[in-house]
Amino acid sequence: MRRVGVFVCWCGTNIAKTVDVQKVAAEAARLPGVVYATDYRYVCSEPGQKIVRDAIGEHNLDAVVVAACSPAMHEATFQRCIADAGLNPYVFQMANIREQCSWVHSDRELATAKALDQTAIAVGAAAKGKPLMRSEIPITKRALIIGGGIAGIQAALDIADAGYQVALVERQPSIGGRMAQFDKTFPTMDCSACILTPKMVDAARHPNIALHTWSEVESVSGYVGNFEVTIRKRARSVNLEKCTGCGICEEKCPSKVPSEFDAGLGMRRAVFRPFPQAVPNVPVIDRENCRYFKTGKCGICAKLCPAEAVDYDQGDELLKEKFGAVVVATGCDLYDPARMGEYGGGRFADVITGEQFERLVNVGGPTDGHIVRPSDHREPKTVVFIQCVGSRDDTKGYPYCSRVCCMYTAKHAILVKEKLPDAQVYIFYMDIRAAGKNYEEFVRRAQEELGVKYLRGRVSRIYPEGDKLRVKGADSLAGVAVEIDADLVVLATALRARDDVAEVARMLSIQTDQYGFFAEAHPKLRPVENLFAGIYLAGACQYPRDIPDTVAAASAAAAKVCVLFSRDSILSEPMIAEVNQARCSGCLTCEEVCPFDAIEATVITDMFTREKRTVAKVNEAVCQGCGGCVAACRSAALNLRGFTDEQVLAGMEALCRE
Amino acid sequence: MKIAYYPGCSLHATAKEFDLSTRAVCAALSVELAEIEDWNCCGATAAHALSDALAIGLAGRNLALAAQQNMKDLLAPCAACFGRLKYAAKALGAGRGELPESLDAQAAAGVKVRNILDVLLNVVGVERIKQQVSKPISGLRPAAYYGCFLVRPPEIAEFDDPENPTSMEQILEAVGAQPVEWHHRVECCGGSLAVTNTASAVRLVGEILAHAKSAGANCVAVACPMCQTNLDTRQAAAATRLGGELDLPVVYITELVGLAFGIEPAKLGLRRHMVDAMRLTRIAFSKPAELAATGG
Amino acid sequence: MRFLRSNRSFTADLGFEDEVARRSGENIAACYQCAKCTAGCPMAPDMDLTPSQVMRWVQLGLRDMALTASSIWLCTNCTTCTTRCPRDIDLARVMDALRAIALESRVKPAEPQTPLFYRIFLRLVRRRGRQNELPLMAAYGLMTRNPFKDLLLGQRMFLKGKLNPFGPKVRNIEQVARIFEQASSSASAPASQRE
Repeated sequence: MRRVGVFVCWCGTNIAKTVDVQKVAAEAARLPGVVYATDYRYVCSEPGQKIVRDAIGEHNLDAVVVAACSPAMHEATFQRCIADAGLNPYVFQMANIREQCSWVHSDRELATAKALDQTAIAVGAAAKGKPLMRSEIPITKRALIIGGGIAGIQAALDIADAGYQVALVERQPSIGGRMAQFDKTFPTMDCSACILTPKMVDAARHPNIALHTWSEVESVSGYVGNFEVTIRKRARSVNLEKCTGCGICEEKCPSKVPSEFDAGLGMRRAVFRPFPQAVPNVPVIDRENCRYFKTGKCGICAKLCPAEAVDYDQGDELLKEKFGAVVVATGCDLYDPARMGEYGGGRFADVITGEQFERLVNVGGPTDGHIVRPSDHREPKTVVFIQCVGSRDDTKGYPYCSRVCCMYTAKHAILVKEKLPDAQVYIFYMDIRAAGKNYEEFVRRAQEELGVKYLRGRVSRIYPEGDKLRVKGADSLAGVAVEIDADLVVLATALRARDDVAEVARMLSIQTDQYGFFAEAHPKLRPVENLFAGIYLAGACQYPRDIPDTVAAASAAAAKVCVLFSRDSILSEPMIAEVNQARCSGCLTCEEVCPFDAIEATVITDMFTREKRTVAKVNEAVCQGCGGCVAACRSAALNLRGFTDEQVLAGMEALCRE
Repeated sequence: MKIAYYPGCSLHATAKEFDLSTRAVCAALSVELAEIEDWNCCGATAAHALSDALAIGLAGRNLALAAQQNMKDLLAPCAACFGRLKYAAKALGAGRGELPESLDAQAAAGVKVRNILDVLLNVVGVERIKQQVSKPISGLRPAAYYGCFLVRPPEIAEFDDPENPTSMEQILEAVGAQPVEWHHRVECCGGSLAVTNTASAVRLVGEILAHAKSAGANCVAVACPMCQTNLDTRQAAAATRLGGELDLPVVYITELVGLAFGIEPAKLGLRRHMVDAMRLTRIAFSKPAELAATGG
Repeated sequence: MRFLRSNRSFTADLGFEDEVARRSGENIAACYQCAKCTAGCPMAPDMDLTPSQVMRWVQLGLRDMALTASSIWLCTNCTTCTTRCPRDIDLARVMDALRAIALESRVKPAEPQTPLFYRIFLRLVRRRGRQNELPLMAAYGLMTRNPFKDLLLGQRMFLKGKLNPFGPKVRNIEQVARIFEQASSSASAPASQRE
């Protein structure tokens, strides 16, 4: 016979204003199984919790129901409270009579009746509850970081400094990511490479960091503390140990290909390092564009290499390793201007993107840092910047704001005025979003000190007029259409999710939002974790952001990893699915339905027939308790501990009582 | 193949050349045009500017008649009619607007409305057109001018690219012409206000033709009667306003295609233009007759 | 809310935005005044209010500003604005709705010759089922007290066989009349949302 205790909370006036909590407590005392019921102003407070604990002892309660706010608020609080009083924390049920009652209704009589119904359901479920035990999962204290941009590098350094082993996997030939492409960074105008390269070198030399560049993560299976990962180290065709980084191979290679690092503005060779400060400072051969690999002819790099480091026979290497945590830092991509036909669709040489402008103005870029028109290499006299290209756009782009463009466009304008003081600079904007530290002051510098003209309006179209570009825009503040004949136009293109996010998400069993950005566990309170335990997020792969926010997120993710690694094992969450193997027919529908790959087939010897048969088995460490398998199971063989079918039905029966 | 033919009011009057040349070209390509019995004015700008319901009703009646006359494909050479008919088809399909009780609105919604470029490119095909060419017009450098309604708004027109269309250039290249590269191909010429706000129309006409000329064009190819009438009849005033000469014959694409098919110019309506278009016949075939794969 | 200008105070009609939204089927509130429509409008240089300003007055609820603007009559319906609006608003349809509301409310049009032209056009269509330039231009010239407008041009076109004095008439003219009837009875019915 169950001994349930019910505690109804006033929550100040939050609940009590609409629900007659004293009546609910009085009526609850008469429910079957309830031996004690009371009400209190704030059950979650210290005195409130003491009342609960004392009642457990005095009335010998073996199950507790609290009718109060949402379990998302205080379930954990009350579970700890009753655990302190010696009860198993899982014989606890919560009735949400705040968010789901007093906060959404106004009729006192009806709300009170509903609150009582909710309490009755909770009591019914509590009466059928069973104590649950958590088990220990061992943790492998190695972290995998996917992506070697500043987010990945920062996370790697933090975790490695804490004393744990890290593998940093980057698909480009060098780490560094986007920051390596930038010239100066806002709002300090620090040279990007100067602040990045020391961190790159630290990451390469750190004894706890294993660097894998020109590599990809191919498969991930397992669960928190125990991920099994395959990393493909693609063949560089250059021996990492022998190469001295002298660069002769690059110089002499006859094949030229548009450089991805220069955003198509310049060329690279088939054997190449993406930029001079590459880490590792060892080139790779792009076999798809290498003459030797395509036709069997050439081979100059191998002939000329003084260290004999070129190795055409090198093959991919597959590493199979175990990790306890994975940090996803894969960054983002940019909007393709071909989608905006009215701006030339990428066909006009002197209409470039913000990324291309960074390369133009960078001393290591295709024009040695001279701001010139790509068409004729003349210095522009009139430069027009257009913000929000593909951002805040429901039709040809993405509805969201890309967050960094207002700031980097102001930065670009300042760079133009510094290098070409006589140039006239215009910026077409819709709003200026400069919400960071010293950001507003930075934009004001462009506007007030350097004479950059900000025009509030979008541009309708751009077309060549003579050797210039006619920009047809508008200023909505003055209420007039405007026309500017520009020498160079720079489009601040939207930041978007990479093309392969769906595959990456599937590989890691994580979710993306409707734009392809990886989803965090909770948008406010758990911003660097994913719902899948053991996977963490950092940087622009989660949403567009600038360097300070990226570094903060990377360190936050690293901190979470260290929290995980601070113990040798973690306790599993016991409210997970379990299979009644006697009932299981082995159809394995549950395996197909499970979004976390937490169910697998296993062979057992049937108790009665003594024959071998296949049944489903739940991996208790991976199961997140979503209940999808329980709903899909046709044999009612699956149940969710702590939320069993019996508890649910008992709650319904209590609801339907006379 | 047989297709319903909706000439629209202008093709029987101010755009006679378009009617003549379209019929001649379609006949040469064995496309049978069956003029819709008892068709009415689609309503053009006047209807939808004053009443959406009237616009759907007037245009929709023609679709219903085509369906009644057992035709599922309809050619409306006039770009404005094309736009209005497609709009009506979509509206009726979405349950908006109504037709008189004797007409079937759902059948009307099911009629596929095409413009002349669509028929030439997607129904006939470039290969068939090339086969029919006997006198490639390689001396012509047309500026292909699309105007508004052939490609906009994209969810109604559902044809080509609204910012960078290429259908006219493809057809012109197929008949040997060298269409020029220029950037005022989808700019509005002000045709719908040519009568009520002539000065504005003259300004817009001037901008378009000046750019066509500076791009090296020796004629302008169009597929819309409003555009043709406007660019043709207001050209003199536009030239005066610009203080220079324009002197660009504005011809329908079907007239040019007809020339390349060896059809007599007069039969195509080339005599009926305000800015003399007959002189094109003297320069059209002047280069060696070699079908260029791609134009200039 | 009151607008303070011209030495007076005008009260905002905050329901106007909804009315225009219902008539046009467009989400007026979504307009964030980026002015891309203004930037690409071929007639913006001739308008008293730019297209985005017209939208703004609709949003703010000053009926008279929007309905008396020359903009709504100078619009050529080229749909450049519709095609490029990043908030997916069919501004040409909003202009259509404003024109209809202006005429129904008997607001004096800023460019009276334009609705006049449309009315003459539609009268012809109602009578004959088809349109004909000769009577159209004749009536228009008379009513705008400019009977010689484009006379020379008309002559030239007539001589080239491009004007048809005796245009054919639609046989089932009753059906056409019925269409006009149906349209006028649904005159102030709201347009449903765009598909």
